[in-house]
Amino acid sequence: MNCLVCQNEIILQIGWANLFQLSVPRPICEACAAELELLKGNRCRKCSRQLEEQLCSDCRSWEEHKEMDTIEFNYSIFAYNEKMQDIVATWKYRGDYMLGEIFREYVREAFKQKFSFIGKDSLAIPIPLSTERILERGFNQALQLGEFLPIEQANILSRIHGEKQSKKTRMERITTENPFFIRQPINKPVVLVDDIYTTGTTLRHAAQLLKQHGCPSVYAFTLIRG
Amino acid sequence: MSNEITATRDEYAKQYNGKLLLRNEILLDNPVFQHLLATKQFTPMKPIVRKSFRMHCNRCGNEKTTLFGKFPCNQCKSTHAYCRKCIEMGRVSECEVLYQWSGGQPEWPKHENPCTWEGELTAVQQKAADRIVTAIRMNEKETLIWAVCGAGKTEMLFPGITDALRCGKRICLATPRADVVKELYPRLKRAFRTVPVQALYGGSKEKAGTAQLIIATTHQLLRYKEAFDVMIIDEIDAFPFHADPSLPFAANRARKPESTTIYLTATPRNEQRKLIRRKQLPHIFVPLRFHGKPLPVPQAKMCYSLKRDLQKFTIPKSIISWLKNRENSNRQLLIFVPTIILAEKLKRPLGLTLQQTGLLQSGKKLQSVHAQDPNRGEKVQDFRDREIFVLITTTILERGVTFPSVDVVILDAGHDVFDEAALVQIAGRAGRSPADPTGEVIFFHQGRTEAMNEAITSIKEMNKRGGF
Repeated sequence: MNCLVCQNEIILQIGWANLFQLSVPRPICEACAAELELLKGNRCRKCSRQLEEQLCSDCRSWEEHKEMDTIEFNYSIFAYNEKMQDIVATWKYRGDYMLGEIFREYVREAFKQKFSFIGKDSLAIPIPLSTERILERGFNQALQLGEFLPIEQANILSRIHGEKQSKKTRMERITTENPFFIRQPINKPVVLVDDIYTTGTTLRHAAQLLKQHGCPSVYAFTLIRG
Repeated sequence: MSNEITATRDEYAKQYNGKLLLRNEILLDNPVFQHLLATKQFTPMKPIVRKSFRMHCNRCGNEKTTLFGKFPCNQCKSTHAYCRKCIEMGRVSECEVLYQWSGGQPEWPKHENPCTWEGELTAVQQKAADRIVTAIRMNEKETLIWAVCGAGKTEMLFPGITDALRCGKRICLATPRADVVKELYPRLKRAFRTVPVQALYGGSKEKAGTAQLIIATTHQLLRYKEAFDVMIIDEIDAFPFHADPSLPFAANRARKPESTTIYLTATPRNEQRKLIRRKQLPHIFVPLRFHGKPLPVPQAKMCYSLKRDLQKFTIPKSIISWLKNRENSNRQLLIFVPTIILAEKLKRPLGLTLQQTGLLQSGKKLQSVHAQDPNRGEKVQDFRDREIFVLITTTILERGVTFPSVDVVILDAGHDVFDEAALVQIAGRAGRSPADPTGEVIFFHQGRTEAMNEAITSIKEMNKRGGF
């Protein structure tokens, strides 16, 4: 097995823990894994940002705008450090689909810990890409992440083509119009899945639409807190 | 009207001939492109072919199963393979097509007097330069120029390049390292002012690669096929060229069937030495540095506490005592370490020790640099300008860079990253200017390795062949 990030061979250290049972080979080597920064310590209860207080200033202002305060909370796993930026660039923008595999175990583990309260009948909904973008990239990275989850995934949102989120300024992102539309009503709790939470506008737009179409509660699960 | 068509056709030929491109790399509107495709001026080609037990990427030659990925493609609604090896150049996948220009060869201009370099070659350099000119004129398949570090390899190429430009040939100078491309580009532009020159490397502003004279990293050659009449590969022994089979594959494919390949090296690897001994690879040896002085011979110094000290990021005593007694304390210091972590962590303790012993005025005069350092370019320039007195570096500065007056130290010369070629190259950083043609080279080690012995022997041998 070679590390999907650095291509070096992963040499399994044999110890008492894995001497008698086969362990699943990991797709990322320890040196690369150590460079990924897991979010830890106290965080904003609403958006997973690392800080001392309970609620960050952004989320406080979201709470003041009731019509856009549509998600219960967001949970993210990683910080967007340099290593992660490199990996995301290759995975998402260059289109190296396989690289997403390194996140499988992290995503499953985090979901087990943070979303155990959620019913088995709830749905994972990936944030969609516009038709143009998906043809350009070939795949939707959010859909790939959603497949790692133990609940059913439903791809019921669509997106109108527009400028890439990452090319916009913060102000443009927050004031942008809702780019999503929905294909069917929904009556189950939903976990929205995406790769990066930056301002949270995208996720809130999607959640707003879901709630308008009957969804009781919307949570967000993102790989990275930008 | 027909004149106009031939004009644009020649432009297309210049832009697209000799390349393997994805549709999104061809900057033509669909109607134009479809017309060229229908009239067979572009030939389509499968990018990934399946052989009996493995796959083969037609762009980079990758055949390693672990470097092919699969993904559910939304374009063709099926799950299929893509190449992970060359993904940095844009994804090549099974449902895509690679296009090759087949609408005729472009006409490259014949430059009468392209060379604007005014320096003079030494007698030994001239001999090698003449050999290169003959090789290019006679379309000899390949020639190796084995020239010691600091022999002035680049200048030796100028007569050959001049001659090729006179005949309207297309030339590529390729090297494995982006730093070397960046250093050579301005020199080449100055030497051939009237000729369009383009530099290609990961992150270069210029992307087109349509000039008659191209200087590129060997990675960039992956986009070319049968493009060049003269292919010059500098530092063939450097990483990653000798370690990554896709790079010789690309270099070989980028040249025309009727062409000349010239290899340059200061430290040929065993494979090349074997070919030379068997007389299967024509070569010429340039044993003298351009200033005519011998190569500094490294001294190996045993240091018993080295590994223990380095683990704790402290400076071994024997190194400090050497530092105090240098032959010429005006020389700058270039310190090589095996890892990035060492380069970063040694900066502080070394700076403090040097300041305590009065060898360094301020901590700012000591810097460290490595491949992932965003400011590496500026730091190297500061070192060149003597703004920095001591530079700690990983092997990124082992070759292709010139500092006028330095002493060179390797900490833990027995480490695996320092193979024979690396050690010879590092030793070659010292004594490069006519004003100060010597310099000390010290290998601090805790147990001699085969590589160290071989490096010292081979430097002595090269000096002997040079008549010292």
